[in-house]
Formats: sequence, structure tokens, C-alpha cells
Amino acid sequence: MDLAIFLVQLLNGLQYGLLLFLIASGLTLVFGVMGILNLAHGSMYMVGAYLAWYFFQGTESFLFSAVISAVIALMLGVLIERTLICRMYKRNHLDQVLLTIGMIFVFNALQSLLWGNDPLGVDVPDALSGSLHLTGVVEYPVYRIFVALFCVAIAAALYFVINRTRLGMLIRAGESNREMVECLGVDISRLYTIVFGAGVMLATIAGVVAAPMASIVPGMGEHVLISCFVVVVIGGMGSIKGALVGALLVGVVDTFASVVVPDVASMIVYILMAVILLIKPQGLFSN
Amino acid sequence: MLSKAVPYPEIHQPKACIQRIECCSNWLLVQFKTPFNGETNDLTQSRIMNNNKSILRRLATVVAITSIGISSLVQSAVQEPVKVGIMMPFSGVYAALGDAGRNGLKLALEEHAAFLHGRTIEYIELDTEARPERAPEQASSLLSQQKADFVIGPVHSGVAMGMLKVLSNQKPIMIIPNAGANAATGPLCAPNVFRTSFSAWQPSYPMGDVALKSGYKKVVTMSWNYGMGQESLDAFRESFTKGGGQVVKEILVPFPKTEFQSYITDIAAMKPDAVFVFFAGGGAVKFVKDYDAMGLKGKIPLLGSGFLTEGTLAAQGAAAEGIVTGLHYADSLDNPANIAFRQLYQQQFGKEADIYGVQGYDAGLLIAQALNATNGNTADQGALIKAMESAVIDSPRGKFHFSRSHNPIQNIYLRTVENGVNKVTGLAAEALEDPARGCKL
Repeated sequence: MDLAIFLVQLLNGLQYGLLLFLIASGLTLVFGVMGILNLAHGSMYMVGAYLAWYFFQGTESFLFSAVISAVIALMLGVLIERTLICRMYKRNHLDQVLLTIGMIFVFNALQSLLWGNDPLGVDVPDALSGSLHLTGVVEYPVYRIFVALFCVAIAAALYFVINRTRLGMLIRAGESNREMVECLGVDISRLYTIVFGAGVMLATIAGVVAAPMASIVPGMGEHVLISCFVVVVIGGMGSIKGALVGALLVGVVDTFASVVVPDVASMIVYILMAVILLIKPQGLFSN
Repeated sequence: MLSKAVPYPEIHQPKACIQRIECCSNWLLVQFKTPFNGETNDLTQSRIMNNNKSILRRLATVVAITSIGISSLVQSAVQEPVKVGIMMPFSGVYAALGDAGRNGLKLALEEHAAFLHGRTIEYIELDTEARPERAPEQASSLLSQQKADFVIGPVHSGVAMGMLKVLSNQKPIMIIPNAGANAATGPLCAPNVFRTSFSAWQPSYPMGDVALKSGYKKVVTMSWNYGMGQESLDAFRESFTKGGGQVVKEILVPFPKTEFQSYITDIAAMKPDAVFVFFAGGGAVKFVKDYDAMGLKGKIPLLGSGFLTEGTLAAQGAAAEGIVTGLHYADSLDNPANIAFRQLYQQQFGKEADIYGVQGYDAGLLIAQALNATNGNTADQGALIKAMESAVIDSPRGKFHFSRSHNPIQNIYLRTVENGVNKVTGLAAEALEDPARGCKL
């Protein structure tokens, strides 16, 4: 592997990792603050991709469909939290898992009813449809670079919100001691609604930006969910910083493993997870 | 006096067995009741004269009607609906394929209802979710509880293996409307197992020669690491290396991973003459788009087993232009059966037919032909199998019949994607028969 190809592969890995981070960040945020294990998180990613496709059909404007999908996602998140998730706070993880697995089935059935089962695709927006020539016959699509930068921007925004704003302070406080937060007169249930809505929106936005480079198919959410859990477990359940590091690690390791040691590539990520858990049983950045 | 008001069991019209029994029992009830209800009338007219006679007459009629009733029951036993079990994925990644296969099957059986000799069809539909581990259990229920006459399925080769374990050499006739695992009509072939689709070997084997004729010497092959993918790549390699070509690298991606970028970068670094792949459905969409996005399209020609561009062209868009594939069907085939089929399918289901619809449709045609040949009798499995072995299916893909291992002997069409359509540019192979290695039929 010469240097140019090595760098392209590194770029592949980082870009994949950043997208994983975008999906996983919502999962880890919701778990960290609310203690809710949301298995339907992957379904939100799927919903995002399908919404992007649906609105793109009508409007031909990717930006518009992205914005409206995000708004719908936020409302969906709030609705789910207010009607279903809010009943789960005092119950154990098994009950949460049962509820959210049920939600996976509901979302899959809705997807099948509303949009059918054929694979769908969204065109890359015109402004981002070019590609950069890198080396040999390799070109790199501008859109993928855009997605990588977008994910970095989201990571930065999350960092800012959590560390520099009042909402972030409450989130951090909620993570470490929720009774105390309540005692201080904070309406914890409103905080939870906001956090869950944000978590759903992050997954949905990931689905939207992935839509032009993914194939939009039934079951796409479940595939991504497993990778997300690996990321979150490596990074430490509930840690956004951990999710970023875990995602980049998984992205880069998976990319190189698939080329260098293709026969065992599918195992490498899980071996990585196992090794990290042996050394740090709570993950890299657990609280 | 007696039989006027009485509903008479209609023997010639096929009706459900239970309805018949009800019909007969109602009639008998009426017969036994009338002596008391009708007595007064009788007596007012001719009290003594008719009394004995009428009782005798009634008894005779009751006996006669009862025997007719019994014979009609026997008739109904023959006229029970044909039980067709469907084991296909109606949810999950392969749901679209399952839907299309089921549509095609029902379309054929409705269209050819006249050949079924009065038998109606009862469908028992099971969603396999394309999960092999559930297949044996579902197949057993069709075998033992439902006592299906035919089992149609599956889409996924792994599920096919599970079904064969249970259904080989059993009563139901199994018709595979998609799953291409070579073994199903190879080492695992069985008298009661037919396939109306293809063996993995069939669409890919001719592509080796196609690659050689195009002047490609060094080719990279790529697929998911599962049976169908592996067998497709092997078939390509078989003919390609026989003709002097070299497979410089075989890339097997863990199923169902669709992160292809690193592999495509790897291919770009190797700069082969061409790339041959097997992917289907969502993975095919993703691969073709990534191949284009990474700049390989138009620089390194892409060949494939035809599933790469089946039912996926709309989602692939311009990225698919120029891809050359081989398959036993193309939407644009210009033969009367195909044109009629596509029109009917469009009318019925409001969408374009695809290969999976064709394969399901042909499974339906096969059932209709077999039932026609046996006058609707499903009890004699030997006769059914014989009829199916000699059947010529007038398929939308062109007429075909079955090999000794019960796999279609069929043309493989060479297609190129042009303006979003698989345009047929010739035959990659004519009347190609799967070698059926390991089949002892």
C-alpha cells in the first residue's frame, strides 16, 4: 500500500467513523442523561433516510428535505418521550429493551406500509456532486468530505452545548446525580423530553445526510444499531467524548482491517471491543 | 310435495366441504320434520290411502338423498382446495423480493384457474424474514400441520438449506422461486424439489467468457462472503481461468456489510482490467453508487451477475450506466409472454414486474401445468412429479424446461445498462444447463 492509497484509506476510515459518531451520539446522550437504553435508535436513522427520500421526491431540494426531516424528527422524539418513554424511567433496563424492541417492529411495519420495500436512493445535491481527484484512478466525492465536515461541526456544537451552556450544565448534572438536580428545583421531566428529542434528531439527521450515499432499504436501522452499540460500549456508555473516540477508532480499524486482513475483518472490531473492555471494563471514557 | 322446497346439494359446483355437510344435514332435518308438519294437509286430502305410501316414499327419498349426500361428500374430499404454502420474506432486507415472488405466483394461478379442474387454491403464507434458523420449524408446520400440497419458497439460500432439511423426499412438492444455492439442485437435489429460478452458477459462468471476449485478462472479483456470492464468483472464475484469464484478487465482504469504500479504494490501487461482482438489492445500490463516487466508473469496467442491476436501477440512477451483466431475464425482452405478463402485472399490482415476479409467476405456471396433467389430483405425487419433469414453461424469460436435477435449462442474456434500462445486447449463453455436480437423480 503506497502512501497516497494509505491516506485515502485513512480518509475513508475517518469519514465512516464520523458518520458512526453522528448516529451513536444520540444513543449515548440519551443513555447518559436519562438511563434509557433505546434500541429503536437505529430505526430513527432509517426514518431519517426515508424522510429525506420522501421529501426529496416532492421538492427536489435536499436542504429543504433535510430541514423538514429534522423538524419532524424532533416532534417525533418529543411525542415518543411523552407517550411511551416517560413510563420507563422508574423501570429496569429489561422493560426498556422490550418497549424499544417493540418500537423497532412498529417502525419497520410503518416503513413497509408507507414507502414499500424496494431499495430507494437519493441523488447527491448538485452543489456537492463533484469529486476531487486524489491519486491514480481514485477520486473522492465532495459530498463525503462535506458529510465528514458536517459531523465534525455537530461534534463541536455538542461540545459547546454540553460544556458552555445552561442546558449543558443541567445535562451534565443530570448525568451525575438526577435526584439532586430535582431537589434544586429543575423540572427534570422537561429536560428529559429535550434530551430525548435531541437524541432522536441526531439519529435522524445522520439518516438524512447518509441517504445520498447509502441505499435506503428496510432493515437499514438494525445494521447500523449494532455498530453504534460497539462504538458506545468502547467509548463508555453515556460519554459523548467516548462516542467520538470510539467511532473514529471503529471506523479506522474496520477500514484498514477489511483491506489488510480481509479474512478476519468482520471480527476485528469486536475483538477491539473485547480488548478495551478487558482493560477498561466501563469503556474508555465512562463517568 | 317433498322436494320442492328443499335445497338440493349441487354436486357439479365446487363448494367447500363444510357448506355441503350443512346443506345435507339441513335437508335431512327438513325431511324428518315434514311428516309431522305436513301430516294435516295429507290427511285432509286422502287420509288413509296415502298415509303408508307417503311414509315409504319419504323413507326412500331420505335414503336416496343421504346416499347422494355421502357421494357428494366423497366428491368434496377430492375437491378440497390445493394447499399452497408460501415461505418467503415479507419483512426485512428481502421483503421486496418476497412480495414480488408472491405476486407473480398468485397472478399465474389466478390466470390459469381454468386448468385446475375445479380445485381452488388455499394459500398459507409464512414470513421467513430471510432468517435461516427459523426455516426448519416453518417448513415442518407446512409439512405436518398444514399438510401442504406445494411449498413455494424461499428467496434466501440459507433459508433454502433449512427447508430442504425438512422437505426433501416428503409429500409436499417444493418449488424454489429464487434461492440460487447450487446445492439445492446439486448434492441436495430430490425428486420433490424443483427450482423455477436459477442456480448461482448459471448467470455468472458465461460472464467469464464475456470478459475474455472483451479482452480483459486481469480481473478482481468481489461479493458478500456468503454462499450465493461465493458460488457466483467461483462460476465466473471457472470459465475465466479456463480461457486464460487471471483473477488477481477475490474480495469477500462480510454479509450484510455495505461499507464498500475501503475495498473500492483497494481495487483502484490494483488497477485491474475489469471487476466482476455479485451483489443484490440494497447492497447492489450502495456498491454501484460507491464505485461511481470513487471515480472508478468508466475507468475500470464493471461486470456482474445480473442481480446487480435488477430492481435497483431506479435507486442507482446514472451510476449504473454501462454496467454489463448476465441474467436469465431482462425487463425489455421482446417476446409475447413477457409483454403480456408485464402488462398484467402492472394492471394488478400497479408497479413494474421484475425478475422475482417472473420466477414466482413461473412457479405458478408449473403448478397449473402439473394439476392440469393430473386432472387436479394431488394425491399421486409420482404423477405430479412426472408432469412437472416434462413440463415446458412458457415463461416471460422465454420457454424453458427442467434438467434432470429439476433446474431450468435457460438462456442467459447479456445486458448493458443504458438510460436506466437493462438493454439486451445478445446471448451470453444459450439453453444453459447447470452441471448439477453431485446430484444423483
